Amino acid sequence: MFLLLPFDSLIVNLLGISLTVLFTLLLVFIIVPAIFGVSFGIRKLYMKSLLKIFAWATLRMERGAKEKNHQLYKPYTNGIIAKDPTSLEEEIKEIRRSGSSKALDNTPEFELSDIFYFCRKGMETIMDDEVTKRFSAEELESWNLLSRTNYNFQYISLRLTVLWGLGVLIRYCFLLPLRIALAFTGISLLVVGTTVVGYLPNGRFKEFMSKHVHLMCYRICVRALTAIITYHDRPRNGGICVANHTSPIDVIILASDGYYAMVGQVHGGLMGVIQRAMVKACPHVWFERSEVKDRHLVAKRLTEHVQDKSKLPILIFPEGTCINNTSVMMFKKGSFEIGATVYPVAIKYDPQFGDAFWNSSKYGMVTYLLRMMTSWAIVCSVWYLPPMTREADEDAVQFANRVKSAIARQGGLVDLLWDGGLKREKVKDTFKEEQQKLYSKMIVGNHKDRSRS
Amino acid sequence: MGSRSSHAAVIPDGDSIRRETGFSQASLLRLHHRFRALDRNKKGYLSRMDLQQIGALAVNPLGDRIIESFFPDGSQRVDFPGFVRVLAHFRPVEDEDTETQDPKKPEPLNSRRNKLHCEFVRTCTNAFQLYDLDRDGKISRHEMLQVLRLMVGVQVTEEQLENIADRTVQEADEDGDGAVSFVEFTKSLEKMDVEQKMSIRILK
Repeated sequence: MFLLLPFDSLIVNLLGISLTVLFTLLLVFIIVPAIFGVSFGIRKLYMKSLLKIFAWATLRMERGAKEKNHQLYKPYTNGIIAKDPTSLEEEIKEIRRSGSSKALDNTPEFELSDIFYFCRKGMETIMDDEVTKRFSAEELESWNLLSRTNYNFQYISLRLTVLWGLGVLIRYCFLLPLRIALAFTGISLLVVGTTVVGYLPNGRFKEFMSKHVHLMCYRICVRALTAIITYHDRPRNGGICVANHTSPIDVIILASDGYYAMVGQVHGGLMGVIQRAMVKACPHVWFERSEVKDRHLVAKRLTEHVQDKSKLPILIFPEGTCINNTSVMMFKKGSFEIGATVYPVAIKYDPQFGDAFWNSSKYGMVTYLLRMMTSWAIVCSVWYLPPMTREADEDAVQFANRVKSAIARQGGLVDLLWDGGLKREKVKDTFKEEQQKLYSKMIVGNHKDRSRS
Repeated sequence: MGSRSSHAAVIPDGDSIRRETGFSQASLLRLHHRFRALDRNKKGYLSRMDLQQIGALAVNPLGDRIIESFFPDGSQRVDFPGFVRVLAHFRPVEDEDTETQDPKKPEPLNSRRNKLHCEFVRTCTNAFQLYDLDRDGKISRHEMLQVLRLMVGVQVTEEQLENIADRTVQEADEDGDGAVSFVEFTKSLEKMDVEQKMSIRILK
């Protein structure tokens, strides 16, 4: 016991020194640049070296697979079956043509073989459909040394396992505590800062301070996730800012580059504390749970906010749910009915370094944040698109679709008409009626006048 | 950290399924991946509800009947071998599993013709089952009406539909019993390149 004493004080001293060094490094390299909005470029360097390591890892795995004479499982983002993009009418006509030898100048009403079209289409969707795969994380072409994305476990050599083990060590023992410390700092600064600013008298100084407190804290949070963001163009001010939704992190990414008013539901717990503090410094729009159901009330409050020129642009995610960033799903028309100018923003994550998609049916918020903080980094690109307004001859739904297409095109995402709500609910019967209408037109449309449309 | 590996050793009875259905190892891997993606609650089997969740299938007018074909004999669950067995009916004939074939011997002509004929019969059976709900081996006029009603919804009047059903049954019915038997059904589809129209090719 006496022998330990001199070592004890030595260990305590070492611990003290290393903690001080860590904190100074933290301050100098991360927090100070965050306050001023500059960057040392450390994260970009980190990204480049990681890419080289990933490429090497995939090569090793392919070599391992070849030695065993097997194939690596390679995911296909465009679907696993060969599809011909023909319409219902064309395909049924083709089926009929191949079946009968009679000339088809008058299309027969109905053939027994018509059923083949529906049968085959049905089986195709069972094998692969556009929507189901959007609600699970995107599959990667090459492995990024995280066991959560590996599909070919049995081809890992010893060297690769060692590398993976090293990766685990770095991520969990070095990066994770660092990031948690940063996140803690960022959130507490936000709460304290906005509360303090709230006590200032209303005026230009208060606005200035509020803006910079918000920006600074969001920038610290960005570094807490090691998010490497490339912004294209400058953010525009005013109106409604609309973006595609992949995870709650989207908010942090956009808010660290521009000053927005948030829209959302009032939460309890930590989120509630943050919300109440934020609203003291500048007006955000928080709805009670009961108010969210009332669409008119929501529209009214948003309109009021937007029409007040002194208030900030609001940030909205019209998809209503998190999609896995390979596609953009239906935009809910509520925010497009208000009549303000819409500023679309496209966000595209690079899943190679860490998948930001929040699969809310699989992971809770805390598990999700932990997964985020134990990935290598969150890399994304943000494009600010030119503003769009509703034209005279289009309704809210058409306008929403137009904005959605613009965002999908810029981000390189698939533009889908399906509703993101399909994650949890079944599809509405009205869509089935469309198919039935198309087919009915084929078999009776030629003969009678259709008074019903 | 969930592992998502899905290699052949993990698929139970992988080899016997391969031999039975003729799918290649790569295709089987993809189908297994798809099976697990559809099985949202990780039960190990699929229920009718899992298949009904597929949006594009729910808008297919014959969606419910197609789902039924996965649940023969009133069972409530379909496991992976059952799932693959049904999908194997749509595998293109040329897409044979190259690992079980001897590449040096050319396929005898008879064997290929036989295979195509088997394909034809199999595909016709699938389609016939979609019509013949009570499994009595005949498509009655009533069953024909039911399927037609599913395909057109409310867009067509009862009278028009009855006319169409009558005409179709009359054209195909040869022995005059007022219903279309399986033989009559296959006869009316003889000339069709059924195999090509009903095959779904899985990308390698």
